[in-house]
Amino acid sequence: MMGGKTAVDTIVSSSPHLQSKETISGIMYTVLIALIPAVLVSIYLFGMKSLYLMLACSIFAVATEGAVQKLRQKEVTINDGSALITGLLLALTLPPDFPMILAILGSVIAIAIGKQAYGGLGHNPFNPALVGRAFLVISFPVEMTTWTKWVGPVGAAIDTQTGATPLNWMKTEGIMTDYSALFWGNISGSLGEVSAFAILLGGLYLLYKGYIDWRIPLSVLGSVALLAFLVGEDPLFHLLAGGLMLGAFFMATDMVTSPITKLGRWIFGLTIGFLVWLFRIYGGYPEGVMFAILLVNMAVPLIDRYTAPRILGEVKARG
Amino acid sequence: MKAKVKTFPQGAHIYELKGDTAAKNIVDTSPPEEVVIPLQQHIGAPCKPLIEKGDHVKIGQKIGASDSFVSAPVHASISGQVTAIEPRKTSLGRKVLSVVIKANGQQEFAGELRGFRDELPDGEQIISLIREAGIVGMGGAAFPTHVKLSPPEGKEIDRVIVNGCECEPYLTGDHRLMLENSEDIIFGLIAIMKALGVKKGFIGIEENKMDAIISMKDASSPNQNIEVIPLKTKYPQGAEKMLIKAIVNREVPSGGLPLDVGVVVINTGTAKAVTDAISNGIPLVERIVTVTGSNIKNPGNLRVRIGTSFRHLIAECGGLNEESGKIIMGGPMMGKTQHTLDIPVMKGTSGIVLLTGDEAAAAEPGPCIRCARCVDVCPVNLVPIGLANCSEHEKFGDLESLHVLDCIECGSCSYICPAKRPLLHWIRLGKAKIAAMRAAARNSTSSK
Ligand code: SF4
Ligand code: SF4
Repeated sequence: MMGGKTAVDTIVSSSPHLQSKETISGIMYTVLIALIPAVLVSIYLFGMKSLYLMLACSIFAVATEGAVQKLRQKEVTINDGSALITGLLLALTLPPDFPMILAILGSVIAIAIGKQAYGGLGHNPFNPALVGRAFLVISFPVEMTTWTKWVGPVGAAIDTQTGATPLNWMKTEGIMTDYSALFWGNISGSLGEVSAFAILLGGLYLLYKGYIDWRIPLSVLGSVALLAFLVGEDPLFHLLAGGLMLGAFFMATDMVTSPITKLGRWIFGLTIGFLVWLFRIYGGYPEGVMFAILLVNMAVPLIDRYTAPRILGEVKARG
Repeated sequence: MKAKVKTFPQGAHIYELKGDTAAKNIVDTSPPEEVVIPLQQHIGAPCKPLIEKGDHVKIGQKIGASDSFVSAPVHASISGQVTAIEPRKTSLGRKVLSVVIKANGQQEFAGELRGFRDELPDGEQIISLIREAGIVGMGGAAFPTHVKLSPPEGKEIDRVIVNGCECEPYLTGDHRLMLENSEDIIFGLIAIMKALGVKKGFIGIEENKMDAIISMKDASSPNQNIEVIPLKTKYPQGAEKMLIKAIVNREVPSGGLPLDVGVVVINTGTAKAVTDAISNGIPLVERIVTVTGSNIKNPGNLRVRIGTSFRHLIAECGGLNEESGKIIMGGPMMGKTQHTLDIPVMKGTSGIVLLTGDEAAAAEPGPCIRCARCVDVCPVNLVPIGLANCSEHEKFGDLESLHVLDCIECGSCSYICPAKRPLLHWIRLGKAKIAAMRAAARNSTSSK
C-alpha cells in the first residue's frame, strides 16, 4: 500500500453523479438583478414614495410566504427569492400614488391566494403578481387608475393632480405621446412600466443569461405590433405604452406559468399578443396586458400537452 | 480555416473535468498478483469455463467460451494458476461465475491466434478473428463486436464511425489512445470497413480534443476513405444515436439500432483491440482505464489487465484522499456506483471515478419551477419532467405513450435541473415497471 487509504464507506446512488451548479435561488436572484434598472428609473422619476411602495410590497410578500409556510408546517423557503420577485413585480405595476396599505393587501393576496393556495412555488397556474394586481384592479378601480402627472424627476415639484397615461390619452382623446418620452419613461404610468428602456435592459440581461425564452417576448410584442399595424394604429406606440413591455419580458416569461415546450411558447405568446390587441382596441378598458396573460396562463397545461416535440427517430419508426 | 463543426440538436454543456488526466500518458500498471475474470463481461450468453481449478494458464489463452453467437470468449490476462472458478462480485451489481488466476510472475504467452502483419485477411476471417479475440464494445456497453459486424439479411451497412467523443466528464482514456495509438485505431477501422465491405469511415472527435483531431487526421491522411469529423463539445455527443445524427444526419428509428440506418459505430478502444488481434494475434486481455476524481491522490490513465481489482488500481494511483465517498464504474453521467473496491476491471470498464463525500452528496430536491431546462437538453426530445411526474404518480399508461422507453438514460435532465430533481431516477423506475408489465403480459398470453 502506498500510504493512501483504500477502505471506503461508499455512497451508492443512481446516475448521473454530477449536477450543474445552477439553483432555483440563483435564477430568482438573477431575475431580481434584471429588475434593478426598472426600479432605479422608477425611484428617479417618482421619488422615494415609489421606493417605499416597492419595499412594502416586497417585505409583505416575503413575510406572507413565510407565515403561510409556517402555518402549513412546510419548509420555509423565503430565501429562494421567488416571493421577493412577486412583491417587487406587483409594486412595479402600481401607480406611484397608490395607497401603501392597499399595496400591502395586494401583495398578501398575491402570495397567499396566487401562490401558496395552490401549494407554493411551482404549483401556481397564474402569475402571482398578476393575481395580486387583478385583485387590486377589481377591488380598487379608482386608486388603480389615478396617475400622477409626470412633471419632472426627483427634486422638481411633483404635481399630484390626476394625469393620464399615454394609453388613456390615446383612447379617450386620440392624443399620441412621443416615442422618446415613452422609451425613456418621462410619462405618467405605473412605477415600473413607464420606461421601456429600463425594461429592455433587464430583459436583454435575462435573455443573455438564458433565463427567459426569446420566443415569448418576441411573439407577444410582434403580434401586438403587427395587429395594431393592420388596423391602422401606430405599432411602435402600442409596443412602448402601458404594461406591455414589462408584461412581455417579466410576466409572460415567468417559468412556472408559461409552457415548457418551444412550440408551446410561440402559441402562448401569440395568444397573449392577440388578446392584448383585442382588449386595447375593442375593450372598454385601456390596458389589457394583465388579463391577457392571466387568461392564457390558464391554457398552459393544455398547450404543453398538445405541443410535445417529435421524439428522435419517431417518424421513421412508423414508416 | 475551420470546417463547420457538426453536432446533434439539443444536449447540454456540462463540466468536462478532464484536466487531471488529459495530459498524462498511458502507463502500464504493475502486474497484479491475482486477477478475477468474469465469464460474462458482455451483453449476451455467458461463457462456460474451458479450464479447471489448478490448471496452468498463459496470457491470451482462451479460458471461457460459449456456443451462442451473441457472446464473446474470455482469455487469461496473466500467466499463472487457476485457483478458483466461482461466482464473484462484479461492477454490474451481481455475482458472475469467474475464473481466479494467481500470477506466477512470468509473462508466458499462449499465442493461440495467428496474426496478419503484412496484409489484411479477407472479411470473413477478420470477423472470425474478432470473435475469437473476445472483442466487445469497449465504451461501456460491451456488446460483442462480431455480432455488430454480421448484420442480418437485408440490412445494408454503408458507414462505419469510430466514436472518439468521450463526452463523459473526467474520462480521458480514448483521448490518450487517439494521441498515442492513432495508427492502430486507423488500422482497426480499415479492418472493420473491409469486413463489412464499407467504403466510407468516419472518426468523430469532440472539439475539446484538438490534439487528438490533429493526430487522427495525420494518421488517416493516406486513406481517402476515412474522414476525421470535429464535433461540438456537447453532452451526450458520444451516444450512438447522437453521433450518427451529427455525422451522417440519419435518425436511428425509435426502438431501432444503428444498423437500421446502415451504420456501425465502434469505440476507439475497440478499434485498437481489433488491431491487436489481427496484426499481433493478441486477444482482448487489457484495456485503458482512467482512474480519476477528487478522491484519488494521483489520477492517471492506466493500461490494465482484464480482471485486475479496483483496489489494486487505487493503490497504484497513490490511494484515496478520504475514506468515504463514491466509487463510480464508468463516467459520472452514466456510470454505476459500487459498494466495494474488490471488483475486477472488465472489458467494458472505461474508468473508475472516485468522488469525495462532499462532492458526491446529492443536493436536496426542490419544487419543479417549470424552467424547461430538462426539456431543452433531452437529446431524444422527451419531456423529462412529464415522464418523471407520471412515474412518480404511477401513471404507467401515459408514461408509455410519452415514449419513456426511448430514454437513453444519458442523465442530462437530472444534471441540468436547477431544482435538483432526480428525474432520471424516476424515469428508470417507470421504464423498469413498464418492462415488467410487458413481460407479465407476454407470459399470460403465452400460457393461454
Ligand atoms: S429542469 Fe427541473 S425545474 Fe426545470 S422543468 Fe425540468 S424538472 Fe422542472
Ligand atoms: S429523459 Fe432520458 S434521454 Fe432525455 S435527458 Fe433524461 S436521461 Fe437523457
